[in-house]
Amino acid sequence: MGHAASPSGFRYIGAKRRTKEDPRFVTGRGRYAADVALPGLKHVALVASPHASARIVSIRTDAARALRGIHYVLTGEEFCATTDSLPIGVDAPKVRRWSLAHERVRYAGEWVAAVVADSRALAEDAAELVEVEYEPLPPILDPEQAMVDGSPLVHPAYGSNVILHRNFVWGPVDDQFAAADHQLEFRAVWSRSATVPIETFAVVGQWNPGTEILDIWASIQMPKFPDQTANALRLPGNAVRVHYDIDVGGSYGVKRGLKHTVLVGYLAKRLGMPVRLVEDRLENMRGGDMHGPDRLFDMKVAFDRDGTIRALKIRAVDNVGAYAGRAPFQLGKPVSAICGPYLIPAIAYEPVAVLTNKTPQEAVRGFGQAPTNFALERTMDRVAQFLNMDRVALRKTNLIRKEQFPYTIPSGSTYDSGDYHTVLDKALAAIDYPALQRRRDAARQAGRLAGIGIATCLEPSGGNSAFEPLLNSKNQTTTWMDSCLVRVDLSGSITGIMGTSSSGQGHETLVSTVIGEILERDPMDIRVVHADSLNALPSNSPVGSRMAIMLGGAAAGAARKIKDALIAIAAHNFECAKEDIAYRDGNASLKGVPEKVLTWGQLVEIAHRKFHAMPPDIEPGLQAKFVWEVPTGGGLPTPDGRIQIYPCYAFEAHIVYVEIDPATAAPTIKQYICGHDCGVMINPDIVHGMTYGGIAHGIGAALYEKFTYDDNGQLTSGTFMDYLIPSALEVPPIRIVDHCTPSPLTTFGQKGSGEAGYLGAPAAVANAVNDALALLGVELNELPLSHLAIFETLCKTTLNKRAPNKRPT
Amino acid sequence: MTETLYGISAEVNGTVRAGQVVARTSLVDWLREHLHLTGTHVGCEHGVCGACSVMFDGEPVRSCLMYAVQANGHRVTTVEGLQRPDGQLSVLQDSFCETHALQCGYCTPGMLIAAQALLDANPRPTEHEIREAISGNLCRCTGYQQIVEAIALAAQRMGEDAT
Repeated sequence: MGHAASPSGFRYIGAKRRTKEDPRFVTGRGRYAADVALPGLKHVALVASPHASARIVSIRTDAARALRGIHYVLTGEEFCATTDSLPIGVDAPKVRRWSLAHERVRYAGEWVAAVVADSRALAEDAAELVEVEYEPLPPILDPEQAMVDGSPLVHPAYGSNVILHRNFVWGPVDDQFAAADHQLEFRAVWSRSATVPIETFAVVGQWNPGTEILDIWASIQMPKFPDQTANALRLPGNAVRVHYDIDVGGSYGVKRGLKHTVLVGYLAKRLGMPVRLVEDRLENMRGGDMHGPDRLFDMKVAFDRDGTIRALKIRAVDNVGAYAGRAPFQLGKPVSAICGPYLIPAIAYEPVAVLTNKTPQEAVRGFGQAPTNFALERTMDRVAQFLNMDRVALRKTNLIRKEQFPYTIPSGSTYDSGDYHTVLDKALAAIDYPALQRRRDAARQAGRLAGIGIATCLEPSGGNSAFEPLLNSKNQTTTWMDSCLVRVDLSGSITGIMGTSSSGQGHETLVSTVIGEILERDPMDIRVVHADSLNALPSNSPVGSRMAIMLGGAAAGAARKIKDALIAIAAHNFECAKEDIAYRDGNASLKGVPEKVLTWGQLVEIAHRKFHAMPPDIEPGLQAKFVWEVPTGGGLPTPDGRIQIYPCYAFEAHIVYVEIDPATAAPTIKQYICGHDCGVMINPDIVHGMTYGGIAHGIGAALYEKFTYDDNGQLTSGTFMDYLIPSALEVPPIRIVDHCTPSPLTTFGQKGSGEAGYLGAPAAVANAVNDALALLGVELNELPLSHLAIFETLCKTTLNKRAPNKRPT
Repeated sequence: MTETLYGISAEVNGTVRAGQVVARTSLVDWLREHLHLTGTHVGCEHGVCGACSVMFDGEPVRSCLMYAVQANGHRVTTVEGLQRPDGQLSVLQDSFCETHALQCGYCTPGMLIAAQALLDANPRPTEHEIREAISGNLCRCTGYQQIVEAIALAAQRMGEDAT
């Protein structure tokens, strides 16, 4: 069991095949950062700020240091003097940030001191004895207030709380607004949530004074992580060795513990002891710096009475929290799909990133695209409602048509391929849309609140950082490569080597499938290993749904070099042209003379042992690397802010049916279908799994999850009792309907899908709830559409109905 | 200040394991840090996520909410104890591989414990019973769909084996 033929003419690609990774995980043999046990390992506990904004008056550590088993208490004064501040993406060098606060704290939960002890328990005992005197300052939490002159400044040296503010105009926006039959405007709010992996961030560091190498084992998913760790520690890049063979317990973007790693690296080197830091859940939620976008959208749309959308004006204000990092760039990636899957010829976009005294953000699945899709899809529903037009018909009117690809959108990105109408039609047919409408209407007649939600959204994929030079002209990064090394050893066994860690995406399965496809060898016999950062080829890690495209393409490129070498060896020995060699299952024969064959084993032996039988232009030993740049990448933005960002665009059409209990206001998802086109799937089980997971995550963002703060800036949802992650009872059975429009830009026609599902689910669920509430004449545009928010809305409408002049008989 | 050490002895995955712990040592810390059974994972340390689930005298419990001393004289099964005696994957583990019921693998050991406890008590669960049985175990990767499929497949296979 477990294998079935590939449907697409490939040998292994697209077939139902078991993954290489699953067996070690079901037997408890994964190896995560917290599992790394080193002799003499010491443990870190953190002292966190209880204030959202305060001046640090003094820190007394004597009592903590006096405890038995305590090795060190580190404060910001020493740390900031001996390490460099962490990198910042936008052009705001005075917004500086270290692992430990110095002189001032800027959010509740910010680390103030670190204690190292023989055990975590002892370290926590000592952390409680660190005495910090604070002078509290008024916190600023609301981004619009923070933009007003005279508001408290989060970073006084920077002089403003606005860390990014741009105005892009692509196309004749004002002309389109003037010519349109109608206009609408409204505000949509995406509240602060995150991916919240079940594994918190963990890192182990060990300094070897003999080799002068700092070894790091970390639950990491981050480009340029070793370089940035070395820079902050004032070490050469080749003094930091990050071990990528660590299993990462979920990430979806957020596992970027640079501040954790620099702290642990510093302590390990300073003390000459291996040191481990594992966040507890509150540290993760409050001080792990992994929150996602916290964004309000002011949307203006111009459209005609036939439903044609003429132009959009989007103002997006994001509350990025107390420090910046790369987070403001999450306003940049949506430029790559700013009009969604629609033919909208003119768009104005005003992204604003604002500093406040909330926890800093990190990259979250979709890098800002899911909030933007939510705002776009609420816009589509509002237009349909205004025109009293069917929501499916409105979308079909505006969707880019199959024959228009490749299609360049106003902001400069060209969509590679797609067939949006067909995917939507397949989803509608699969759910039996007329029957679904009847079900909804029957439920309404029976007195229940029922609604259907539709969302048609894009998943930009192939992770390219072209939004960096777009939003920071001093940043000219256009390279975003990935790579793979393929080796065939003397025994004939194949090994693929990749230069990054995995957090559940099945990269070992990906690489082995692709190599097997090219070399026509069984992927189950191909081993895939994760190198460390000192012997790895360059990688930019699995961000931006890039690995099927980039790592898959690199593995294919390296395998092709191996195949070419094998063919050259055979041609040399048969004294024929390479074109006269037939390659099959790893064996090379003379075309038309099948008995004249060199087997896989013989070819490998020649390459490794028989230099006398090698062609002169082929290196002995069978190994090949392939490094490549993102397809369509490498360009800088035009002066008017147009840029090709991601190369590939997958499409998803969600249809969801929700009922709301009129008595309790509890929303229940009764049916969920997702039409999905991400080109050629390398491993369908993996793609489907990530899509199901993305939808579940999106349901969380739509209905349950929010990092809430009180007026003093205290996080009030720091546990899983109040930050609600959907369980198997909240996530319904989901049906995925596949469609395949290959990408013309990639090796096998694949597109990325690591962010699939999440990019459309919040929009679809929000549209379904609003379809249900529309019966009452109310609308909710602020996520999450929590049970409480719906309840309060129902109470208000019920009270209105009970007003004296409206009293029901 | 020196903390008092307590001697404990428990049957862990069929083998008697003894050790000395301070009173505040949690069961999961004893399993992971003392016995090096790192298959059991720590997710929230407040009893919600279920990643640390182990069998305790045949019932699933949260090992982050128990003290190691409470295991004294009892029987504990972790994910490392789920394989067949010959080292092959159990039907449930194999079913998880067949449907790809995991991605990062972090919640998987606890999910297997919850699912095994269900199947031990109810060999033919409905889909709703499966969802209810794993609703105390959070997974952030899969949306649960392929997990539910795996447990249903395991139940079906075990039923076939029994007939």
